[in-house]
Amino acid sequence: MTNNIPTSAVSSKPTSNSARASMPKHSHSGGSGAAPANQADSHFGRKGLVQIALLGLLLLLPVAAYFFGHLYYVNLASRITIIAMAAVGLNLAIGYGGMVSFGHAAYFGLGGYVAGISAYHAFDFTPFMTWPISIPGSDSLLVVWLAAALLCALLALAIGAISLRTTGVYFIMITLAFAQMIYYFANSWPTYGGEDGLPIYIRNSLPLVDTTNALTYFLICFGGLVMAMAVTSRLMKSRFGAALTMARLNDVRLATAGVSPYPVRLVAFVISAAITGLAGALYADLNGFVSPSVLSWHFSGELMVIVILGGVGRLYGPLAGAILFVMMETFLGGITQYWQLFLGLVLLGVVLFAKHGIMGWLAGRERNE
Amino acid sequence: MLKIANIETFYGPSQALFGVNLEVNAGEMVALMGRNGMGKTTTIRSIFGLTPASRGTIEFESQNLRRLPAYRIAKAGLGLVPEGRRCFPNLSVRENLLVTARPGEWTLERVERLFPRLEERRTQMAKTLSGGEQQMLAIGRTLMTNPRLLVLDEATEGLAPVIRQEIWRAIRLLKEQGQATLLVDKSLSEILPIADRCTILEKGSTVWDGKPAALDSAVRDRYLGV
Repeated sequence: MTNNIPTSAVSSKPTSNSARASMPKHSHSGGSGAAPANQADSHFGRKGLVQIALLGLLLLLPVAAYFFGHLYYVNLASRITIIAMAAVGLNLAIGYGGMVSFGHAAYFGLGGYVAGISAYHAFDFTPFMTWPISIPGSDSLLVVWLAAALLCALLALAIGAISLRTTGVYFIMITLAFAQMIYYFANSWPTYGGEDGLPIYIRNSLPLVDTTNALTYFLICFGGLVMAMAVTSRLMKSRFGAALTMARLNDVRLATAGVSPYPVRLVAFVISAAITGLAGALYADLNGFVSPSVLSWHFSGELMVIVILGGVGRLYGPLAGAILFVMMETFLGGITQYWQLFLGLVLLGVVLFAKHGIMGWLAGRERNE
Repeated sequence: MLKIANIETFYGPSQALFGVNLEVNAGEMVALMGRNGMGKTTTIRSIFGLTPASRGTIEFESQNLRRLPAYRIAKAGLGLVPEGRRCFPNLSVRENLLVTARPGEWTLERVERLFPRLEERRTQMAKTLSGGEQQMLAIGRTLMTNPRLLVLDEATEGLAPVIRQEIWRAIRLLKEQGQATLLVDKSLSEILPIADRCTILEKGSTVWDGKPAALDSAVRDRYLGV
């Protein structure tokens, strides 16, 4: 998962010196002698250790909790994992693409409703629609995930195509407006529960595995998170990722080199929404319930807070942010209903003293900062 | 190749260009000159559609460029090296060179042969380069888009004399290789020997156009003196 090979995917031609090609960021010497030390640094240095620790603890603690019979903590870890995955999606837009979307709850919620509605019709043996084509419900997670990702991508294509014509505060407001439209729509559509939400009576299933088992479901979510991070990492190491970085840094400069920033941003926005939408589908199945609250602007805001807490544009930032956020929500929230006061203080501290978020504070600065 | 006639450009309500005429033919190196604030950079911005011209014509190989977005203009075959060493600081040298590259005669190897320092530093972040190296990278990045017309805006401004010499050496090499270039610069001693033609701007209009040999001291004192 560590990604200190900024150029390898970009280069179309093999280099004469392969050690050089994989030479990471901090070398000023230009000599190949620095390569082995830096390579070691990328895997076992401070940053590598922090990353391995985060992923390792997230994987091992729930497994241990499961064998000691504390299912509550397994589900808590699933929740962290899913929220982190949603934030990984948002981080692609905000952190890597510079597109401050205040409407990612729309994709998270749509993903959730895809899972909910699909299960609802599968449970009732009623079709979702009969005209012009007949679409039955399905309780298969594979179908749900595919539908969630595709529909979120389509929705993001429409919203992004319009929103990306604006920048700055207008972009923030227009993405918020679209998300709120969908929120009110879900709120007032009685077929699927309206504001009461929609229960999923039996968790959607996968062939061969028992998804109702808490640990199994956690491992599925964990796999989803790792996939989302791997996709982000690969994407950002590709030529497309470099172009996205260029669009973020200076779109005029990119345009004068003959590349239109608009389609680059739009594709990144769509991928970002699909990742968040998949997380939403996992979340609905985890809770056995989906309601308009996951579509509301509060949730968009929470995802933004998580990305900023963890470190904007850091691969592991959303994970660190989600761990802190959900832990505070769970443990402080159990003590006082005013837990968000403390969240506010932490956010203030991060913004003032740790500009690159928890990951920047724990693991040091990264090349794109 | 590039033909600009009577363009007028405004920044909001204030007019910056009042009729600029400029021509670059294939293989030519044309210098765009004039004192500070006379409209050189605005002319470049108008060519690339960054500050679109309100009137006049901008044609490149008989294609009308006016009102096209910047990326279409670049795709039409123009390459801009903007003022002030503009590369992408958080990307590596190679990424800078390769991401916007288009196929053609200019390849990574050829750019690295022109500027060997870029090869030495290919995996470094652009922001860790010296000013001169960043300028080489900016030129290399634009060459990699294989422009038929290269536009260099103040390519040697603010650089150490040694580095300037290296950039000028590269520009002379480009000329020998027949690269059509529009050059904005102030150092007459470097420009005059290599330019095929000079166009001088004064208060947003073209006031003089001709061979460098014809650029006598009267013209210099009137339009280029400090």
